[in-house]
Amino acid sequence: MSMQDITNIVYLIASILFIVDLKMLARPRTAVMGNYLGALGMLLAIVATLASGKWDWTYIILGIAIGSVIGAVTAARVKMTAMPEMVGLFNGFGGGASVLVAGSALIATFAALSRGAVVDASMQMKVATVLSGIIGSVTFFGSYVAFGKLGEFLCVKWKLHTWQKVIKYGFSLAVVVGGVAYGLSLGISLLSVAFVVSALLIGGLLLLKKDRFPGMNQLKIVSAVLSVVLGVMLVLDPSNTPLFWVLVGFAGVLGVVLTISIGGADMPVVIALLNSYSGLAAAATGFVISNTVLIISGSLVGASGVILTNIMCKAMNRSLANVLFGTMGPTSETPDADEVYKTVKAASAEEIAMTLEVAQRVVIVPGYGMAVSQAQHAVRDIANFLEAKGITVEYAIHPVAGRMPGHMNVLLAEADVPYDKLIEMDAINPTMSQVDVAIVVGANDVVNPVARTDPKSPIAGMPIIDVDKARTVVVVKRSLSPGFAGIPNPLFAMPNTLMFFSDGKKAMLELLTALKEA
Amino acid sequence: MPQADLVMLITVFVLAIYVGMEIISKVPPTLHTPLMSGSNAISGITIIGSLILAGVLESDPQFSHLAKIMAFVAVIFATINVVGGFLVTGRMLKMFKRK
Repeated sequence: MSMQDITNIVYLIASILFIVDLKMLARPRTAVMGNYLGALGMLLAIVATLASGKWDWTYIILGIAIGSVIGAVTAARVKMTAMPEMVGLFNGFGGGASVLVAGSALIATFAALSRGAVVDASMQMKVATVLSGIIGSVTFFGSYVAFGKLGEFLCVKWKLHTWQKVIKYGFSLAVVVGGVAYGLSLGISLLSVAFVVSALLIGGLLLLKKDRFPGMNQLKIVSAVLSVVLGVMLVLDPSNTPLFWVLVGFAGVLGVVLTISIGGADMPVVIALLNSYSGLAAAATGFVISNTVLIISGSLVGASGVILTNIMCKAMNRSLANVLFGTMGPTSETPDADEVYKTVKAASAEEIAMTLEVAQRVVIVPGYGMAVSQAQHAVRDIANFLEAKGITVEYAIHPVAGRMPGHMNVLLAEADVPYDKLIEMDAINPTMSQVDVAIVVGANDVVNPVARTDPKSPIAGMPIIDVDKARTVVVVKRSLSPGFAGIPNPLFAMPNTLMFFSDGKKAMLELLTALKEA
Repeated sequence: MPQADLVMLITVFVLAIYVGMEIISKVPPTLHTPLMSGSNAISGITIIGSLILAGVLESDPQFSHLAKIMAFVAVIFATINVVGGFLVTGRMLKMFKRK
């Protein structure tokens, strides 16, 4: 058996471990073990690769060391509330790595060719390099935008913290300087000008203080078409390596414009989609270097991302195309907020505490507001207090509550809430009319009954948690400002609704004090 | 690369997508985030490609600096993805408890 055979067999074992990992991740009891097996598979694949040839170890060891330190420190220090940004960022690194591998493979192949060596430059490699360049670059820049929007330093008007400024301006500067430097090194030609233009576009768009601009949809189309045209040119003339970078540049513009207009409530879809892309980029890179373990793992991740994307789209009753290209907002048919909110009743912590004391079943409905105000621990304290008094407390989780799939579940798990108390929307809705008090913490559109009642509303048909059917509804919210859909929520003005105007965490702490004093 | 190999690779690709769809279709919402970050760590498999290229390119003085720097940065990026991905998934999963 040759060394190559042994390496391939280890790759097969690694692939099986990845499949087992994903399968075990689907059940809470086996998930921890699954994660270990996945890590083991990765370790085996790396060791087998390193053992399969004679290398210059300096850069490999240095690269792994730097990457490990950065990865480990970020993973250990990131707050659970910042998890959406984190996942977005890691996606970007994966996509970026795929682009770089495909690009350097291309350069390596043609450098060897120009020296007269007989190397393989098959159609497969050429097409795969183009795909890896496009998908990887869209993933890298798209993930950076998602990271920046979730970290609230891209497309915003307010003042930034120093670290945010460093990242924002540093990244744009790096893209522009890198673009101009590489463009100059090519000399003056159509390609170098095109490359500089793409770098300037990316750097400039990332400095915008809003997330929409005139001509945005046209720019999406132009950059997509240019990426494909450049891809075809590269397949026809692969020795022209600068073409690859121009391709990466315009795919990057596409990644930026596709993600920049995505608003908060659509983020779960985009995060899941970028996850899928990072897998497909890895699979394409697998075709570039004819490596099965890359192809298998990449397609597993691609498939899982697509499934999650679908689940998220269904939970909003929107198509993927509508999320990526559509706009969400009030229409001329949207009722006037002042009219809707005429009968809003505000309540104090004491009044709400009295209602809760006589309840038998309480359901808490968390939304992004809970994450922003970091109210998860205070929410848990209230639940514990009520349970100690014999009241049943459950949590109703909407699939797209928050900024990534499963966002609320992670936050409540961090606050030591057992996961079997978190009830899915479809399971809790039929019993909502037997709920005494529903407490909505920082959620809006996902509890808006208009989705059921008004077919003309922008959220018509979106599945919601039917809190309006509970005997009493308590809504914790800073103001009556609209949610992501930009429409008023008649729930707030219903006769059985009490509004508690306050920041989520502050409200929960006040409520807890009131409960203890009562 | 002979044609038969390409067909073989495409076969592997398509079958793996089907396997992925099958095993992931029934994930409870509680595990959506860990699944995402766990599968994200797996997509860091590009590290294999970056290692092969870094090894080949760095040991040959004839390759351009650009290609060498790229392969080196690719190793760093992919390692961040792999190490960070698995660790953060593990950290999250440890928090999930039953009553």
